[in-house]
Amino acid sequence: MMRTRRDFIKICSLGLGATVLTGGAVQWVAGASAPKTDLKNFRGVRRVPTYCEVCFWKCAGWSYVTENGQIQKIIGNADDPQCNGRLCPRGTGGVGMFTDPDRLKTPLIRITKNGEQTYRTATWDEALDYIATKMKAIAEKHGPESMALFNHGSSGKYFTHLLNAFGSNNVAAPSFAQCRGPRDTGFELTFGESVSSPEVTDIRDTRCLVLIGSHIGENMHNGQVQEMSEAIDRGAVIITVDPRLSTAASKSKYWLPIKPSTDLALLLAWIHVLIYDELYNKEYVDKYAEGFNELKEHVKNYTPEWAYGITTLKPELVRQTAREMANAAPSAIIHPGRHTSWYGDDVQRSRAIAILNALLGTWGNRGGIFFKEGIKIPDFPHPAYPKPAWSWQDTLKGRYPFAKEAVTNTIIEASIPAEGNEHVIKGWIVSGTNLIVSIPLKEQLMKAMQSLDLLVVVDTMPMEITGYADVVLPECTYLERHDDLRATAHREPTIALRMPAVEPMYETKPAWWISKQIGERLGLGAYYNYKDFKEVLDWQLKQAGTSLSEMEKIGLKKFERKTPVYILPGSDYKFKTASGKIQLYSHELEAAGFDPMPKLTLHPQPEEGFYRLIYGRAPMHTFSRTANNRNLVALMPENSVWINPQVAELWGLKKDQYVFLKNQAGVVSNFSVKVRITERIRWDSVYIVHGFGHHHKPLTYAFGRGVNDTELISDVKIDPIMGGTGMRGNFVTFIKDAAKKEAKS
Amino acid sequence: MRYGMAIDTRKCVGCSDCVVACQTENNVPVGFCRDWVVEVVDGTYPNVSIELRSERCNHCANSPCVRCCPTGASHFEEGGIVLVEHNKCIGCGACIEACPYDARYSHPDGYVDKCTFCIHRVREGNDPACVSVCPTSCIYFGDLDDQNSKIVNVLKNRKFKSLAPEAGTKPQIFYLV
Repeated sequence: MMRTRRDFIKICSLGLGATVLTGGAVQWVAGASAPKTDLKNFRGVRRVPTYCEVCFWKCAGWSYVTENGQIQKIIGNADDPQCNGRLCPRGTGGVGMFTDPDRLKTPLIRITKNGEQTYRTATWDEALDYIATKMKAIAEKHGPESMALFNHGSSGKYFTHLLNAFGSNNVAAPSFAQCRGPRDTGFELTFGESVSSPEVTDIRDTRCLVLIGSHIGENMHNGQVQEMSEAIDRGAVIITVDPRLSTAASKSKYWLPIKPSTDLALLLAWIHVLIYDELYNKEYVDKYAEGFNELKEHVKNYTPEWAYGITTLKPELVRQTAREMANAAPSAIIHPGRHTSWYGDDVQRSRAIAILNALLGTWGNRGGIFFKEGIKIPDFPHPAYPKPAWSWQDTLKGRYPFAKEAVTNTIIEASIPAEGNEHVIKGWIVSGTNLIVSIPLKEQLMKAMQSLDLLVVVDTMPMEITGYADVVLPECTYLERHDDLRATAHREPTIALRMPAVEPMYETKPAWWISKQIGERLGLGAYYNYKDFKEVLDWQLKQAGTSLSEMEKIGLKKFERKTPVYILPGSDYKFKTASGKIQLYSHELEAAGFDPMPKLTLHPQPEEGFYRLIYGRAPMHTFSRTANNRNLVALMPENSVWINPQVAELWGLKKDQYVFLKNQAGVVSNFSVKVRITERIRWDSVYIVHGFGHHHKPLTYAFGRGVNDTELISDVKIDPIMGGTGMRGNFVTFIKDAAKKEAKS
Repeated sequence: MRYGMAIDTRKCVGCSDCVVACQTENNVPVGFCRDWVVEVVDGTYPNVSIELRSERCNHCANSPCVRCCPTGASHFEEGGIVLVEHNKCIGCGACIEACPYDARYSHPDGYVDKCTFCIHRVREGNDPACVSVCPTSCIYFGDLDDQNSKIVNVLKNRKFKSLAPEAGTKPQIFYLV
């Protein structure tokens, strides 16, 4: 196949058409077209255990299946401490992933017909043979290391296994460099370990919760939302730092409406107050931390008065909130956040958050940060993986010395042939992540995709990334498949089972099957020594002291903890750092040429007529993957741009008017977006919810609704410590006239 | 026995899970809902407050919808739950006009539909779907005549309000503020 260029192919233009799943004029929320008025018929006649795949929290639940084999509803598993029987709206509406009429239905292979690139439907054998042949050719020419995987979610594991067996460990996920990487690195450098996922924050029992840009309640991380609600009931003090009055901010005793990009100044001022007003936990710091004297000297001049001019927060408010934290300590949490790749100095900001936690003595104390414990589930026996000749670490080329996970952007960079690029990547498998919307630096991404010999996309939906694939493989949804066990390390060790509620629809297949089929075609059958994934699950569950048949009945199993949740009084706890102590002063960072203690970097501010682009989450959507889910879209069909009334007046903008957004580099949004005029946002910023503005027509509902923030993020500040892509340094202005947009784009 | 609901606006995050759970439990057609979430923003930046609340039929003790129904389809069930008997409903819409809370909608199948307090679940001893799904546990449901019930307990201990009291409908849903 000749290919000089990878054309973007719209899957719907192939005459596959969308089969309307539910007949009649009325579309039903549940997968049933059962009689509508007789409530008895809606009762699930059997329930099947699952855990949710709409986000990474993975709450355990039950699919209720009616007699005629329809999934009627999904309800949380009451025994699961991650959800306590209460799924979030996305989990409750998860059945919409299964009933979505736009789902991928058959394997597709890219062909050239009459000089135009298009897809043809293919059988599984054709598609899998094609992939295996291409992978073999890549391995022969460049070595197996030249295959890479981008993944998110449960299915990533099977393809990681495939690549590891093939001889590559180039496995990356946007969840590191585009999301929680800076936080994890900052905490690892300070405490020797990260706060994991689900986070080990003891919100349930805290007396003071500090949120910095973390909008719990809008990010629907279920267990945390539930615990924050409990904390509100118990009268905990909540302090929220956000330029926007987030939902969490509206529940807070103190809302600090900070000037965006100046968080580090506030954190340093808090550290100053805790130390110089002698509010910090002396006993804890003396016993567990090192570098206090250096820190004290370092923050000497970082007074709240110094920070005032930077953050616009009144000094008395900063002192008052510091006292609130100290009063509650050690039962306090300065929440580490989750999506933390903001400005390119994010590890240092996370370090400052970690240092605050250390000064308050929160780590290892009730109401602070607790110790997790989980159950180790052994891998199903397989031969040892071959050792790759080179690995993702080599794509860092000496940069980002503290990246503990692969950095998506360096894998992408390594896929572009260039002089001196000796570790070139020629093939990608993309599973469960829509790179077009999750990765900033679009130009680099496009260039990389054009240079590949093979691009395989495995997904349930025709997301934008599928249009760039050579082969598209339709995966069945989480409600139609067995999957790896969810083994959670948290307050209590738990495991949860996912099994199919119904048979896969259309020609879709589970990812474990896809991985095994490709593996066998590559002569790696020894790594897949089972016929059905149930064998793997049963074997693993027996190692853990249970069995598949028991788990099919209970869905979730709790195990007894063997280690303490908090530091025991009188015990001598060793942190997981090299010296066993908390690193207020980081010798590791210093040795690598970075600031050993966080210093303030001033970030650019918007020019006149421009506003900082802040993005975030809505509780009824996950990333870009739910914008087509018919059970959820009625709640929020599109995003809107939040604009302060003063700014709206200046621009003459009206409520619900549609405008295009243009960023500082002249990039104009693909679609227009509805104006929301609200006092909840500062006058120097605008806010939009991430995950909208799909430009792929096969997403028949989501197409053209709202704007995609990622396309407006063209200025990316990379964190030199771990490679995180800071995405909050972009500014937008409004184009009111659609005609002008056409002229400029 | 008198069923009622108390909703804690201090805990509600407006996630709309109550809406989705109701839709899947009661098979409400896409584009319609029996409950919904309201956000009220007050003040100017940075002195702003938000009230979030989940709304639905108030199952009023003095119900204009029951009074105005020409066929008797809208009626009271046990515990004061206001129901519409679909077979008797002629879809005239008088109740939709009469409801001060806009809690009813015309179902595509020709009858008027609204919240039932999930009477089919309540009769089996379960909470309504919206109550049992709520991640913040901000909705309390129970018997307002039972002095030991959780709902009576929260109403005793917290300030609360009801919506449009001036309409004189005696709503059975209370908002904790």
